[in-house]
Amino acid sequence: MYVIIAGAGKVGWNLARELIAKDREVTLIESDHTRYRVVEEELEHAVQYGDATELWVLERAGIQRADLVIAVTGDDEDNIVICQVAREKYGVQRIVARVNNPRNLQHFKLLGIQPAVSATDLILRLIEHEVPEYGLIQLLALEEEHLEIIELEVGEGSEAAGRRVQEIDLPDGSLIISVLRGGSGFVPKVDSVIEAGDQVLLILDPGLEAEITLQFAPTGANASA
Amino acid sequence: MFILIVGCGRVGSAVAKRALDAGHEVSVLDRDPLSHERLDKDQMVTWEDAGGRFTVGAALEIDGLIEAGIEQADVFLAATRGDNTNLVIAQVARRRFNVPRVVVRVADPGRAAWYAEGGLHTICPTQVAIDQAELVALAP
Repeated sequence: MYVIIAGAGKVGWNLARELIAKDREVTLIESDHTRYRVVEEELEHAVQYGDATELWVLERAGIQRADLVIAVTGDDEDNIVICQVAREKYGVQRIVARVNNPRNLQHFKLLGIQPAVSATDLILRLIEHEVPEYGLIQLLALEEEHLEIIELEVGEGSEAAGRRVQEIDLPDGSLIISVLRGGSGFVPKVDSVIEAGDQVLLILDPGLEAEITLQFAPTGANASA
Repeated sequence: MFILIVGCGRVGSAVAKRALDAGHEVSVLDRDPLSHERLDKDQMVTWEDAGGRFTVGAALEIDGLIEAGIEQADVFLAATRGDNTNLVIAQVARRRFNVPRVVVRVADPGRAAWYAEGGLHTICPTQVAIDQAELVALAP
């Protein structure tokens, strides 16, 4: 697999290092000459100097035979253009773009640049994982398919606690797919009993979160929490 | 016509003034408030008194584009100094706001040519300079 990475900042450099360690063929492209010299000390011929938004620079790096292009410069416009050109002009099958400013995510989506990875979003998700008050954690959003997978903790005294799966009043378009209890998980049947303190994973149509949260929120808790 | 110009540099400001003189409605967006000076330079009255609009905002911020009037624009000119900024906002103007005529300044001939193939109306000052220089330098 041949990988081209645009941008030799901390993200790009470390990605290149990891991929090279996994025996992937990698070319890293950096437009700042000082930075290029620093990175070249270590990566040698695997890093090239140039502006990865220029077509000839991409061609020099061999974009025609690249299997994956990763755009992780500090500039969202550059990342969009690199990915757009890679996919639409050179037919690169897989692209990954970094979103520096989460407000720009809408532009990546509009132009079909996906996956677009935002560090802010990733950190936010980690915070949500660590802060139980959030109650609901989005684990995966399948936007094309209009589905998402969420994780919820079953609150003490909640509607769902102590009930069988079939007795829980879940909206159409949602399904409990897994229950995590005491460090292990299982796929529940209709007569499995859900207990307070369980972590349940649900697959659902986006938009049903609030309704679902009602069933699992502890008694007296604000449903919107 | 209502013309929205993003980027109040040499090109953007000059086109803005010409468009206003020609009787069009003109709105200019630039992140640098001081760029407004270019619109007033050598004019009898200020840009606003002459009927022009000016909004301070970053090119990629949707709120600023809407404030500057992108939803009403008949023509959108992307003329910031960043080629990729211009290419991205031009596509936003076309695909998200359905602006009928979108013009993009792209300094790099390679990208200008490829995006033009894709249907964007690109203008490449570098290519113009190359063609002109060739014409003059190689004249018999």
